[in-house]
Amino acid sequence: MMQRGRWKRWLVALAILHGIIGCAGFFAPYDPAEQDRERPYLPPMKIHIVDTTGHFHFRPFFYAVHLRDGSFDQFEESTDQVLPLHFLVSGARYRFLGLVPSRMHFFGASASRIYLLGSDAYGRDQLSRILNGGQISLLAGLLGAGLTLFFGVLIGATAGFYGGWRDGLLMRVAELFMALPWLYMLLALRAFLPLTVSPPWAFFLIIAVIGTVGWARPARLVRGVVLSAKERDYVRAARGFGAKDDYLLRRHVLPETSSVILTQAAILVPQFVLAEMTLSFLGLGVPEPVPTWGSLLASLQQYSVLVSYWWMYLPALAIVPFFLGYLGLASALQQDAGTEKIEKATSGVR
Amino acid sequence: MGMARLSTFGRWLSCGLLLAGTGILSRPARGVPRQITLSEELVTLPGELGKQGGRLVVSLRAEPKTLNPLTAADAPSREVILGAMQADLIHINRATQVTELALAKSWKVSADGLQYTLTLRKGLRFSDGQPVDADDVLFTFRVCLDEKVHATQRDLLIVGGKPIAVRKLDSQTVVFQLAKTYGAGERLFDGLAILPRHLLEKPYNEGKLAQTWTLATPPNQLAGLGPFRLKEYVAGQKLVLERNPYYWKQDTKGNRLPYLEELVFLFVPNADAQVLRFQSGETDLISRLGAENFSVLSRQQSSYTMSDAGPGLEYNFLFFNLNEPGEKTSPELARKMKWFREVKFRQAVSAAIDRDSIVRLVYQGRGAALWGPVTPGNHRWGNSAIPHPARSVEKARALLKEAGFSWITGPNGEPALVDADAKPIEFSILTSSTNADRTKMATLIQDDLKQLGMRVQIVPTEFRSLIDRVTQTREYEACILGLVSFDADPTADSNVWLSSGGTHLWNPSQAHPATAWEAEIDRLMEQQLAGPSYEQRKKWFDRVQELLAENQPMIFLASPDILVGAKNSIGNFHPAVLEPYVLWNAEQLYFKDASGNARP
Repeated sequence: MMQRGRWKRWLVALAILHGIIGCAGFFAPYDPAEQDRERPYLPPMKIHIVDTTGHFHFRPFFYAVHLRDGSFDQFEESTDQVLPLHFLVSGARYRFLGLVPSRMHFFGASASRIYLLGSDAYGRDQLSRILNGGQISLLAGLLGAGLTLFFGVLIGATAGFYGGWRDGLLMRVAELFMALPWLYMLLALRAFLPLTVSPPWAFFLIIAVIGTVGWARPARLVRGVVLSAKERDYVRAARGFGAKDDYLLRRHVLPETSSVILTQAAILVPQFVLAEMTLSFLGLGVPEPVPTWGSLLASLQQYSVLVSYWWMYLPALAIVPFFLGYLGLASALQQDAGTEKIEKATSGVR
Repeated sequence: MGMARLSTFGRWLSCGLLLAGTGILSRPARGVPRQITLSEELVTLPGELGKQGGRLVVSLRAEPKTLNPLTAADAPSREVILGAMQADLIHINRATQVTELALAKSWKVSADGLQYTLTLRKGLRFSDGQPVDADDVLFTFRVCLDEKVHATQRDLLIVGGKPIAVRKLDSQTVVFQLAKTYGAGERLFDGLAILPRHLLEKPYNEGKLAQTWTLATPPNQLAGLGPFRLKEYVAGQKLVLERNPYYWKQDTKGNRLPYLEELVFLFVPNADAQVLRFQSGETDLISRLGAENFSVLSRQQSSYTMSDAGPGLEYNFLFFNLNEPGEKTSPELARKMKWFREVKFRQAVSAAIDRDSIVRLVYQGRGAALWGPVTPGNHRWGNSAIPHPARSVEKARALLKEAGFSWITGPNGEPALVDADAKPIEFSILTSSTNADRTKMATLIQDDLKQLGMRVQIVPTEFRSLIDRVTQTREYEACILGLVSFDADPTADSNVWLSSGGTHLWNPSQAHPATAWEAEIDRLMEQQLAGPSYEQRKKWFDRVQELLAENQPMIFLASPDILVGAKNSIGNFHPAVLEPYVLWNAEQLYFKDASGNARP
């Protein structure tokens, strides 16, 4: 018999990851839009515990970094200036979980800014941008998945349960939506929108776009499950006892789809995070200076950045644990659903 | 000569990359190169003596749209036509920025400055071997001035409201009669390709001149006076030019130029791809490089040398929508236009912009900060009295306060600037989505202005729709653009400064100047256009620069250096800051070793 409940571990891992991104303001040392024009394209700084004279420092520290004379992007560590790392320091203003104003940061330094993951073309802290960018990308993924599943279940259940012309119509529309060349449509759509889209509006636009594009596939899945569920003996029996449609749907049919929906959710979230990244990469996403994972990666479109500054790839790495988490969760859920089915079937025999 | 051109990739991108059905056009055999005869009056060029032969490969960002000098408006066409295939009577030397004799062996100006008498060199021949005489010059001016041809040069040949009258004195001498004195003088003739009457008169009479000389034209029906002539065109791939055996220049040893046997233009639509081609040795020269790619190439240079030719004539600027609000203007834009028209508002924005950071972060230090339209690359026309104030947020705040703006505490606790009606100051800046440099400038300016409490949005827009918004619908708030002057002389940019000009971007094509200072600039520009002497003209243009600095219709930002690279084996390589940057002396370029011949 297969192991059950593995999904709980995945869920905990994901919760921790989301918690970190949710508290981005706290974990990020700086405001993601703050520019440090003296340090563009600064490579990640090294954290030391032993200094050049061989002394061990209890508190981790780093050396101040400055531009090499006459150079644009070559930096030097000045080893005479030891800057200790401080924890729980007061810094840039942010809103904790988007609500509570705060100035408390997990770490920071007093005399100079510290760049654990380097800086971008404007000297903005890459770590702060990745953490804050994750908020938008993940929220877009989660809300997009929620919206998609809502429409998917609504339409899929209607089509599957009522059948007939409703089924035909809804499924043809779904096929149409899947066949459209979305990327080009989006580029065209952007031309009709007002010129200026403020960051919050751009964000809602992305979610709306993801939601409208994505519903077709879950709708077809849900329809399939509903089609088979409504022919089950106990559903027929309930109908025979005079149960109404809404009762049947609520009590017997929709619960059958729950495992499909959960698995779909776990698959769709990373997919939609990727969709947001694609949109932002193409410049259709949230505008500067607000970071998202897609717009962080957009600078890699330039050959010079690609070959010169390796730390600009790091946002791409940031998504890896999230994707692993979600896909692991999806497969664990699927397995569980499979086991459950077998158990149901065997218990029926017994 | 010519008008200031909007510098952007957008225009080049607009060229189609495939011409269906055009295969390889090979050139039928033509006359053999002739020996130099005594009756020819060749120009002798100083410089390194080169070796004959070799094939030079350069990349172009798009296919030229045409090979017709009359209709060429896109950058690739101009580069091919003016850089290699055609020649003018008097030419501006791209390195010295002064005029020199070209097809004309002498010019005389009458005492009243209205009459130019030009004498052609003896023994000139087109690249197909046909001789050149005064009738070809007359024909060229006739078609350029013909309204039906829609020649791009037409506007420049109308001086003082009247077209230049051209008359033949004898088979070698032509007299040009101007209605009004022309300040830039003989610079008028630069870039005006002399056309072969024997090939173009028939299409002209049939009214088809504008459509002739496309890329698909067989090479034997195309002729020019430039160092190279058409050999082969492969649609979507390349344009091959070969040595013009009748070219009218020689080196100091008496060898007929050009040295190169072939000049090949590869169509490489993307800047990064051009870098890769150059890096791999597929192309021999590279120009129009961005600072980032320049430093990537510099880091790995071995078989090639990268050079920084200094600031060019490109000026980048931010401008606000200063049009009169019309019926179609949205009320919100009309409200914002009130701020933009306030000169102190524009001065404050200018004072708050950190130009040094733009030069450092956008151009990696390979550029110059600007406070006026004349870049350091232009040696003769800059007004040194224009102040170069350092960035000052305090001064900007004081200016805004004087203009009736004030600050409140914004929703997140930061100060927000509001106008007299307590409306927050928010506006958007358009930039071309294909130009990463200007988008970067906008991001820096956004942060600079945040410190004044202004909220700025950046809107990267496709280039053509951006130009449409700026010049046609005029539905925009602010915009960052760049212009490249073709010539150092201020006349080249008259359509930018004259209020009636189509490139008077902040309020284009006005019937009457909207403000007193624009009227004064109009007057000064008209005066300098006809001006008698350089000193006098400079005085007038200095005043134009002062008026621009006071009123800030354009907030000048920075000018990038001309960054180029060439293989070490190329001799006589002297990049210039005027276009064409690296091919202006194509006739003198040569390969120091045999490598140029080795490639297939």
